[in-house]
Amino acid sequence: MQHSAITAGAHPFPHSHLLGLSSLKPWEMVFLMDEAEQWVTRNRSAEKHDHRLSGLTQINAFFENSTRTLLSFEIAGKRLGADVVNLGVAGSSVKKGETLLDTALTLNAMHPDVIVIRHGSSGAVQLIAEKVDCPVLNAGDGRHEHPTQALLDALTIRRRKGRIAGLTVAICGDILHSRVARSNFQILASLGASVRVVAPPTLLPANVEQLGVEVFTDMDAGLRGADVVMMLRLQTERMDGAYVPSTREYFRFFGLTEARLRNAAPDVLVMHPGPMNRGVEIESSIADDIVRSAVTEQVEMGVAVRMACLDVLTRKRRGVDFSSPLPASREGSGEGRSSLLPSLSREGQGVGDSVVANPNPAARP
Amino acid sequence: MTPLAITNARVIDPASGFDSIATVITRDRTIAHIGQESPPADAQIIDATGLILSPGLIDAGVFRADARACHAGGITGVVLMPDQSPPLDDPALIAFSQAMGKPDVWVHPLAAATQRLEGHELAEIGLCQAAGAVGTATGRRAIDSTAVMHRLLSYSRAFGMLVVAHAEDTALTAGAVATEGDYASRLGLAAAPAFAESLAVARDIRLAEATGARLHIRQITTAESIDLVRAAQGRGVAITAGVTPAHWLLNETSVADFRSFARLSPPLRSDNDRRAVEAGIADGTITVIASGHDPRTQEEKRLPFADAKPGMAGAETLLALTLSLVRSGALTLPQALHTMTAAPAALFGLAGGTLSLGSPADLMLFDEHAPWRIDGDRFIGAGNTPFDGLPVAGRVKMTIKGGELVWHAQD
Repeated sequence: MQHSAITAGAHPFPHSHLLGLSSLKPWEMVFLMDEAEQWVTRNRSAEKHDHRLSGLTQINAFFENSTRTLLSFEIAGKRLGADVVNLGVAGSSVKKGETLLDTALTLNAMHPDVIVIRHGSSGAVQLIAEKVDCPVLNAGDGRHEHPTQALLDALTIRRRKGRIAGLTVAICGDILHSRVARSNFQILASLGASVRVVAPPTLLPANVEQLGVEVFTDMDAGLRGADVVMMLRLQTERMDGAYVPSTREYFRFFGLTEARLRNAAPDVLVMHPGPMNRGVEIESSIADDIVRSAVTEQVEMGVAVRMACLDVLTRKRRGVDFSSPLPASREGSGEGRSSLLPSLSREGQGVGDSVVANPNPAARP
Repeated sequence: MTPLAITNARVIDPASGFDSIATVITRDRTIAHIGQESPPADAQIIDATGLILSPGLIDAGVFRADARACHAGGITGVVLMPDQSPPLDDPALIAFSQAMGKPDVWVHPLAAATQRLEGHELAEIGLCQAAGAVGTATGRRAIDSTAVMHRLLSYSRAFGMLVVAHAEDTALTAGAVATEGDYASRLGLAAAPAFAESLAVARDIRLAEATGARLHIRQITTAESIDLVRAAQGRGVAITAGVTPAHWLLNETSVADFRSFARLSPPLRSDNDRRAVEAGIADGTITVIASGHDPRTQEEKRLPFADAKPGMAGAETLLALTLSLVRSGALTLPQALHTMTAAPAALFGLAGGTLSLGSPADLMLFDEHAPWRIDGDRFIGAGNTPFDGLPVAGRVKMTIKGGELVWHAQD
């Protein structure tokens, strides 16, 4: 169906930036996920290096502290051969009073080929994207969006469950302050899952049901029959009376315990974007259960998804024809993705087949 | 100085209800004649055929007395908010700011209600009044403490001083940059519920009722608070309300692109509230329309939405945007002009806002139907307008202050 747009020769990803998922069509999200599959395979092999981004400069400008996401983007860039530079908030002139836009213009003057940005203010990444000449990748802006996290979550679910459409996903915890939740609403609902949110009312945004989710303030009810349970981190500064009375009360009513998890489907998949607060939002035994928990797999998918995004966003400046890198390399990565919307991906393969297979997708014209 | 004779204009004096083609003659900075008399020989004659002559606008609540922008907008007098640097909490500062606009524009300062506008200790509002303050204001934010607000209202009553309040529950609005609702949730903006306003309005109405003080809510922007004000007016509480064009022309969807020019205080509301504001103007609950003129620099606005300073430049668009109420049928043209002339003059006890004989010759000539497109880049002053690109009708052609032509549109 939608994917026929691509077979008809339309651009599979006609965007200069990846600022959020709300502006993407469902098949564009699927395209990025499909692209990530090859990197999952590659990252598991001994020869992890690809050189398609060699000579390109990737700046990771993180105006908000991050360890995991920054590391993931750095590894993703390096595996693709890019020259990766990190700008942390501590070392930045933002601390010295330089405005965000001046910082953006400074970075731009260094001629980067892709900028990855995290910022504490909703909309900040879009503001920077309007001012620079290269693709911008949103690594999280305020409470707004965190597109690569949602893509990696969706990819994890698709690989584990074989599909996304028709699944019931319960997202639990601090929805109010979570960009991860907002991006996940977009992708999961677009790809046909039914999404629930489970949280105390103080941690829910106003009119959250308008975002296409079903709201539960009782965790047992919210988990009933769920195929996927996605836990969110509750920041410590939001406990102790600010939004919830205490850690122990939160855990008692909204923590993910073995007993509570029995409400969910027997083959439930438990996810967490990390870092986890064991004993606050999730019981250790669940977090460590390799059958039910996909936490480490999420981290693994993160690198692959970010490689795919970096690759796709830089294709235009590398002069790569969009249809060419689709085929061969993905063929071998079929495991685990008996695929969402089978017709979609089969057509997707068709695209690749119809084009003369490029034996070396990395080769630049 | 040379007398002016403005001939052939449709003269509208909202204060008296006069509305007719007439000649207006000014002499010695005051209005000397309205009627059919032929211009005196020594007068400079302005043929205003096809234009409307009204009193110069009095902008009831600006954050900067931006003379050139005011002239372009037909504004000859402004009521200056105490949110200056330093805040106007001292009689000397009041006297200074009053003198600051001379001779370009009348500046009528409001005294800070509390010292440094911090909301804790009362400022010397009696001395400020003696120095020329036309009222006292809580500033950009409401006073948190009910006790302080209560004391302020009871104290100002003794001086017959109008209290201009910003009405938002400060605890609920702390950190918020938008109105709670789908849009704010989708964009991930920190938001406060719209009832943060009606809670504060209800409190302040009750305090005004208890103390007998005169209270003016500078901006009233939700359906609920308009109902509260309407009911209070109905039972005789001395309360008036104002608004700026943003709150009847725009709603929360304007923040959709994180456009910081649409970051206002109070924030833009739901469409239901927007319609209630228009209805509140139409039925006379809201009697004062002001620009809320708050010019901001690039440094204050070219920021992520939540980090940008609230406020919009409004002086140059006040007339055209208010005329939209005439076209929508909410107000007649004289009524629309009333909200920006006679109403603020009466509220703050000012001399202008009327064409009665002997009153200051502060006038505006405008073309009711002249179309133009709002373009912040072409503003005389700062261009932070959330209406950028909006086609409007109604253009100021001349602004006369104290019998002198201070603005003459080039087009």
